[in-house]
Amino acid sequence: MDDSGYGYPVVLLTFLFAAVLAILPLPQWLMWGRPEWVALVLIYWVIALPQRVGIATALLLGIGLDVLEGAVLGQNAFSLTVVALLALVLYQRVRVYGLAQQAAIVFVLVGINQLICQWVQNLQGVGARSALFLLPAVSSALLWPVVLHLLRGLRRYYQVS
Amino acid sequence: MRVLLAAAVVVTLITADLHFNKLSTARSLLDAAATPLYWLADLPARLGDWSEAQVQTRASLLEENERLHRESLVLQGRSLQMASLQAENVRLRALLNSSALVRDDVLVAELVGVSPDPARHQLLLNKGASDEVFVGQPLIDADGLLGQVVQVSASTSRALLITDATHSVPVQVNRNGVRAIAEGTGALGTLEIHHVAATTDIAVGDLLVTSGLGGRFPVGYPVAVVSEVERDPGQPFARIAARPSAALDRSRHVLLVFIADAQPKE
Repeated sequence: MDDSGYGYPVVLLTFLFAAVLAILPLPQWLMWGRPEWVALVLIYWVIALPQRVGIATALLLGIGLDVLEGAVLGQNAFSLTVVALLALVLYQRVRVYGLAQQAAIVFVLVGINQLICQWVQNLQGVGARSALFLLPAVSSALLWPVVLHLLRGLRRYYQVS
Repeated sequence: MRVLLAAAVVVTLITADLHFNKLSTARSLLDAAATPLYWLADLPARLGDWSEAQVQTRASLLEENERLHRESLVLQGRSLQMASLQAENVRLRALLNSSALVRDDVLVAELVGVSPDPARHQLLLNKGASDEVFVGQPLIDADGLLGQVVQVSASTSRALLITDATHSVPVQVNRNGVRAIAEGTGALGTLEIHHVAATTDIAVGDLLVTSGLGGRFPVGYPVAVVSEVERDPGQPFARIAARPSAALDRSRHVLLVFIADAQPKE
């Protein structure tokens, strides 16, 4: 095992794609349920390559997402850093979990992500008025198997390590 | 160690942005870098529009053309008296010793994106500092006031809608000139009017127009129609809700208003 990473552009491209999905215009009734694509992809890469993707990646990614969403600078940086941190702590266990258990972990992680985002938004005074903001946790958990298989396929095909 | 560093960065960023507004230049630069992503995300919708326009039949185009002709005839007919009415208005205002109303210039801008966060009502427009867009510039569509520009980068700008929870606009009732403040609620399709005494003459169906107070929005643009008035004798103020006139979630083309004598702020 040499230490020089391989296939890093692939990781970058998946993050870019996730960012585009994150700002894709959606009809009003779907808006609240939009999965947290960036968080999902981040969770996958942290679990798959914890020695490459971690806190620093999450921080930069979060700042990028803040700019895209027009959010308070630091909102997503904060939440994604926490998600990455938790994923770094959990990755050894999550790797051996079954699909359902993994989805449950994703549900919790994205839920935490949403709670932190909500907290920062409330500092600004634009918080959601209902608990609908937790819906992305559900949709993200449901989409986890798809994301997992797609990204795992990509990782194996391009031998990202 | 790394975690502490990240925490420090995050806390600094959030405080700097929320409390000191120090990051607007950095933001506008980053926003310019983010524009291609918005363009990419908008591509499917654009392609859809384009293909829809390409496959329209000749018959439907002819029909639409005729409809537009009729519409333009009607509008022209309505504006025939405009010149004389305007002249009369200017004379009357001169009699009243008040300044004449000047018509505002507008610039058509196209939507590049909308904020993906449903709690945050922002639009990204394809006109920026190079088109002399400025922070605080009012934004309208064919039916009424949409919002105002809050951030400008070189070729794009970000606008806040009147329904955003952080937005308020000074309005007056078109019928009798009662003044009030219409605040966004965070729900697309409702504005709330706070601190209106329970005895004030305001009724369902009243049109609220911009009052021009505060100097940010020009006078007389429709903002909303009062949809609900609830007077509870136990409360000092009436609870009033209004429905925005502008098509907040449907307009693809919007108009940036250049106020005749306003200086670009900042």
